[in-house]
Amino acid sequence: MAIEFKQVDFTYQPGTPFETKALTDINLTIPDGSYTALIGHTGSGKSTLLQHLDALLKPTSGTVTIGDRVITPTTSNKDLKSLRQHVGIVFQFPESQLFEETVAKDIAFGPQNFGASEADALKTAAKMLTLVGLDANLLGRSPFDLSGGQMRRVAIAGVLAMQPKVLVLDEPTAGLDPQGRLEMMEMFAKLRHEQNLTVVLVTHQMDDVANYADHVIVMDQGRVVKTGAPREIFKDPQWLVDHQLGLPKTTAFAQQLMAKGLTFDPMPLTEDELAADLVQQLPASAFGGAQANDD
Amino acid sequence: MSQIIDVAHLNYRYPQQSADDLTLKDISFSVADGEWVAIVGHNGSGKSTLAKNINGLLAPVSGTVTVDGQVLTEKTVWDIRKKIGMVFQNPDNQFVGATVEDDVAFSLENQGVPRDEMLTRVHDALAQVNMDQFATREPARLSGGQKQRVALAGMIAARPRILILDEATSMLDPQGRYDVLKTIQQMKAQSDLTVLSITHDIDEAASANRVLVVNDGRLVEEGKPAEIFKHGPALIKMGLDMPYAERLKAALKRQGVQVPTDYLTEKGMADWLWQLSSNK
Repeated sequence: MAIEFKQVDFTYQPGTPFETKALTDINLTIPDGSYTALIGHTGSGKSTLLQHLDALLKPTSGTVTIGDRVITPTTSNKDLKSLRQHVGIVFQFPESQLFEETVAKDIAFGPQNFGASEADALKTAAKMLTLVGLDANLLGRSPFDLSGGQMRRVAIAGVLAMQPKVLVLDEPTAGLDPQGRLEMMEMFAKLRHEQNLTVVLVTHQMDDVANYADHVIVMDQGRVVKTGAPREIFKDPQWLVDHQLGLPKTTAFAQQLMAKGLTFDPMPLTEDELAADLVQQLPASAFGGAQANDD
Repeated sequence: MSQIIDVAHLNYRYPQQSADDLTLKDISFSVADGEWVAIVGHNGSGKSTLAKNINGLLAPVSGTVTVDGQVLTEKTVWDIRKKIGMVFQNPDNQFVGATVEDDVAFSLENQGVPRDEMLTRVHDALAQVNMDQFATREPARLSGGQKQRVALAGMIAARPRILILDEATSMLDPQGRYDVLKTIQQMKAQSDLTVLSITHDIDEAASANRVLVVNDGRLVEEGKPAEIFKHGPALIKMGLDMPYAERLKAALKRQGVQVPTDYLTEKGMADWLWQLSSNK
């Protein structure tokens, strides 16, 4: 399901002393089936934009088209249910939204809210728990007895249980350890293919952008300042620095090597790409045998 | 250097745990005045529980915590907490003020700092974390990264002897993380601040003088960052990211390249690759 923003402005608490303009003239498309990364400095408007993806916030002016639904400043809050079923948002620290007595009931809450019978919803819950890589014997447990990483997976299962077409992830790996982060990112990649999802990832981890995304939207001070494939976004390091964004570790390291006279074209984005490029520039003595200067 | 924190044979169990189960098992270590110690370990290893035992949010089953010469007890806990500033991973859990500046001022009001001085300290602290333009905003309406900056500003203004960071940079972008680490280094240069940082971030661990590795409630290893980073892929199991040089080494190895076994910094790795390639 594609999402399109046309000339979207958004202001928090207009007409009050707390009035803050968060989005200005946003024009963008999130292509159907894409893995879109939304990046930008803290406070650049990413989370505000994200809440427009399922009309939790409506534009102060302009339109947001989600599938075949058009959201305008005057769209009624009624009748947004079907839209919210199609766009599943996993917020930061989603585990703080868990509330039910058991894992099964918590995951089943969403589908029941959208009209599924209890029995069907519980069946879905069991399926979703396996999908997020947790054991079925956790179904009867209290979600609050689980570890942080497990709780987060349960919360994500609750979003997936509504069988969304678009999965929106707001810094989904924050606070997880590196092993947990890797597992979670691999899980999203797998889910995207198995469930034919459009994925929107809000992140500060440029390595995740390089490894997983195929489309990138860069925000700065409430505006979209660049869109394109990861390689286009990362090819101008100075521009990224100017917008307070980092480079993938590999690209930054390749730059150090270029300063020493090695060459890369195009710039590598992942360590495997860099290793493959380096192999072309290393002498035969670098492979096997003793490390020697006898080339 | 004298010791400012001393932890001896600390055992801790949560109330819901059974009697033979412990979250912290016989943990002993000390931290010198002015030292920066990073505590690493995977999720659930007991790192945050350890931090909460040090400032008396949790009370151990057995063992002692001594802070600045005072043994932590119900009587001394308030004195000790005055010396410790703590920043949590999710700052929503610690905001009290209606505006950012009120929140940063909170602990100064508690300490009875005169108003003029308080205003200066609050302003300076917000400027240091680059949040001064948000002084009159509501903390709840800030982004995750901005909240972490405000929480840190609260600590900068309060000037504690000891700063405990519990994954306090996890929501920041790379630049923000770098800025926070630089701010802490500045704070350390200005006073003899002691820092305990619980982290998964390799750069934060690299900033420390010493790294403690906690696994399954036990202190399993300690050493200088370079000694710990030598572990390569095993670092992931310790709850740390692999330093980039180690990741690249692993990728080169997969391509059949013979790589050095010693720990290399990024610069060391770049030099090694450059020398090697100039032999071609």
